[in-house]
Amino acid sequence: MVPLSHVLALSAVLFVIGAAGFVFRKNIITVFMCIELMLNAVNLAFIGFSRYLGNLDGQLFVFFVIVVAAAEAAVGLAIIIAVFRNRDSLNIEDLDSMKL
Amino acid sequence: METLLILMLLPPLLGTMLNGILGRRFSQAMVSLVGCGASGLSMVFALLSAWVYSSSASQPAPFIHSYFTWIESGNLRADYALYYDRLTLVMTVTVTVVAFLIHLYSRGYMEQEGGYYRFFTYLNLFLFMMLTLVTAANYPLLFVGWEGVGLCSYLLIGFYFRRKSASDAGKKAFIVTRLGDAGFTVGVALLFWTFGSLNFQSVFGRITALPAGDMQSTLTAIGILLFLGAVGKSAQIPLYVWLPDAMEGPTPVSALIHAATMVTAGVYLVARSNPIYSHAPLALEVVAVVGCLTAFYAATIALTQNDLKRMLAYSTISQLGYMFIGCGVGVFAAGIFHLMTHAFFKSLLFLCAGSVMHALNGELDMRKMGGLRHKMKTTFLTFFIATLAISGLPGLSGFFSKDEILAGAYEGPLGHPWLYWLGTLTAGLTAFYMFRALFMTFFGASRMAPEVEHHVHESGSKMTVPLLVLALFSIVAGDVSWPKAFGGSEAFDRYLEPVFKTSEDFLQAYAHPGGHALASGALMMFTLVFVVVGILVAYWLYLKSTRLPALLAERFSWLYNILIHKYYVDEFYNWLVVRPLCTVSEKFLWQRVDVEAIDGVMVNGTGEEVAGVGNLLRRIQSGNIRSYASWVLLGATLWLVYVLWPR
Amino acid sequence: MVVLFYIFAALAVVAAISVVAQRTPIYSALSLIVVLCSLAAVYLLLGAEFIAVIQVIVYAGAIMVLFVFVIMLLNAGREVPTHRSRIAKWLGAPLVAAFLAEVLLAVWKQFPAAGTRPAASLDAGPAAIGHLLFRNYVLPFEVTSILILVAILGAVVLAKKEF
Repeated sequence: MVPLSHVLALSAVLFVIGAAGFVFRKNIITVFMCIELMLNAVNLAFIGFSRYLGNLDGQLFVFFVIVVAAAEAAVGLAIIIAVFRNRDSLNIEDLDSMKL
Repeated sequence: METLLILMLLPPLLGTMLNGILGRRFSQAMVSLVGCGASGLSMVFALLSAWVYSSSASQPAPFIHSYFTWIESGNLRADYALYYDRLTLVMTVTVTVVAFLIHLYSRGYMEQEGGYYRFFTYLNLFLFMMLTLVTAANYPLLFVGWEGVGLCSYLLIGFYFRRKSASDAGKKAFIVTRLGDAGFTVGVALLFWTFGSLNFQSVFGRITALPAGDMQSTLTAIGILLFLGAVGKSAQIPLYVWLPDAMEGPTPVSALIHAATMVTAGVYLVARSNPIYSHAPLALEVVAVVGCLTAFYAATIALTQNDLKRMLAYSTISQLGYMFIGCGVGVFAAGIFHLMTHAFFKSLLFLCAGSVMHALNGELDMRKMGGLRHKMKTTFLTFFIATLAISGLPGLSGFFSKDEILAGAYEGPLGHPWLYWLGTLTAGLTAFYMFRALFMTFFGASRMAPEVEHHVHESGSKMTVPLLVLALFSIVAGDVSWPKAFGGSEAFDRYLEPVFKTSEDFLQAYAHPGGHALASGALMMFTLVFVVVGILVAYWLYLKSTRLPALLAERFSWLYNILIHKYYVDEFYNWLVVRPLCTVSEKFLWQRVDVEAIDGVMVNGTGEEVAGVGNLLRRIQSGNIRSYASWVLLGATLWLVYVLWPR
Repeated sequence: MVVLFYIFAALAVVAAISVVAQRTPIYSALSLIVVLCSLAAVYLLLGAEFIAVIQVIVYAGAIMVLFVFVIMLLNAGREVPTHRSRIAKWLGAPLVAAFLAEVLLAVWKQFPAAGTRPAASLDAGPAAIGHLLFRNYVLPFEVTSILILVAILGAVVLAKKEF
């Protein structure tokens, strides 16, 4: 069977790719998708552990993560739409009104 | 007995509180009733204590009673304890009698002055503090009284606080005596460090048990330091400069505080600490020399003063010098004797000056007086008696006390002939300036301004009765100690023997060998000669050839200027101490330290630093999400490094 | 069997890189769908059938569709490069590389390749999941349902054109 370390390595790589995207991309929606990517990487890690520890709780956790990700995606996209209506730009670097 | 002592101390304290808190609403009659009543009660209880003590079986041993524990800290234990022996008896009786008479006098003097209740409040407070000082059984309690009288002196000198010269004088008094107090405090600390206790009984007991020469350097240091406090309080060289300025206060204040009581606290201190001094002859020599020089020096200044009260102030300084001579050569009882007689005639002199001031509507310049003896008979009479006393004419109290001191200066344990000669010369000068004052004020043609002359009148009985009583004391007080040369038994000295004998005997060991050329009768003769010469010169200069003084002043103008400017000492101190202090305060402490360092660097600087750092940190909050993400990633990376670091 | 894992793993990584690297958002979205489906296959290989199906239905089927709708609604075009974050510009790449290295190191140290054998196979069907869900995890379940309700309300309010 696949060794746990490989599963985790895959998870790590996906996570880092997601993080890189989050840092480098400028389109809000793309950034959001990178966040989803990171969440999936974590889900993979949970499933891996669940398999190798023989415990079903890991999968339960993934279940909840998916649910929460769905809720978050819905609200987040609604926010993006609202922001777009006001600023007319999808560049996150334009959204700096929280600047001190 | 212990209750009597407390009853003696309590009325002035109660009087202070009553007059202080409620006095504003009292009528003048009520205020003076409280004030004089308190002082009178105190006097009564002082006399009662004296009587009880004298008839008790245990005397002449001191009566010591501790009322409650006041300080108990580590080794130091100072109780609120009172010490009553013959010396205390003399001091308390003198202080309360004179204080009571002056309280009565103030009823008349302060009638129109304003601040009536405030005056009596302070006066009562002063009495309480002074009594605390002389009845204390340990140095800390004595110091409480010491500082207390200093405080009251400040308050009363600056009584007319709206006048800048008065408030300046009050400050000067307090600050200059503070310098002396510093010495006092160090001396007391040294005492504690050496003996582990500040109780008179234990300390003196241990010292008298020491053989001669033991611990001499320590005791000399203590003696000189304590004397430093006395120098400040009793206005000796170099800390006398506050006393002439203290004449800004009302005249009863000058009489009570700066003639009879507070300034004598220094003498009391030295006398009370006589066991310490008996083992430190060098310190005593310092005392005697300082006293003698001060006596002469102050007398020379008094020669040319035209302000009546100021002249009396210098006279006080001079007479205090005499008391220190007495203590310094080892005849402590003589010093105390002179303290007592001086209290009577000096306060009388000041009260007479006040009476004259009142009559002349505030004029104090003797050049603008003259011929008052017809219009102010009682004042003139009492002033004349007091002048005779202070000059040391036979039969009056001053003669006995002063001569005892001079005799001691010549043949006492630590006496030196030159102390005697200088003291005798000073006696002559004293007679001169006192009679000068007498002649200028009361005799001769009137030099008063016409409108002043109109209103000249004798003072009311409220003021003259105390004058008469004090005059009586000035005459008879000397009779307590008729000198041996006249066939007497020197009863006063015998009386104070239990207090001083051990020390005086001990000091005999240090006495100079070699015969004394003059017998005591001859000593008295010489003094008398000087005194009479002084009187005659005054008579000639101020009564007969009245233009002569002005001519002499012109001929010897260099000397005259030095004297009338009081040897320029005030200017010297101003240059030496006051100006540098002010410069340091202003240029350095105020501008550098306070404004720049504390305000600028510490207060504002901190604020600016914080704002600066905040400004710097604010750059992180750029509002740019990518920056935030990068920071988070950075933090996560670093944290992982920390976690994964091999241990 | 094992080989399938590596194939799907490789597919996931490539698609992930595509998500990040594509200039146009719509292509990123489509790449993300590929990632999600390959991950579902991996889950299946790891014995989590229920979750794999849920992943496809909910994540790839609903969430990504939502994403695509929004991208089209907002007419998101090519990205214009702007560089207003200095730290991202200079530290971004090295940081990411360092992070990757660290995580892989951590994984390798904790779980050396040889020697970790899976436990006995689990029953990961709907019944088993349901049992756990409604017994041990019933509280999170209920709370999550409230969460979804709130999310619905929030989304509706935020996206309305006017009040």
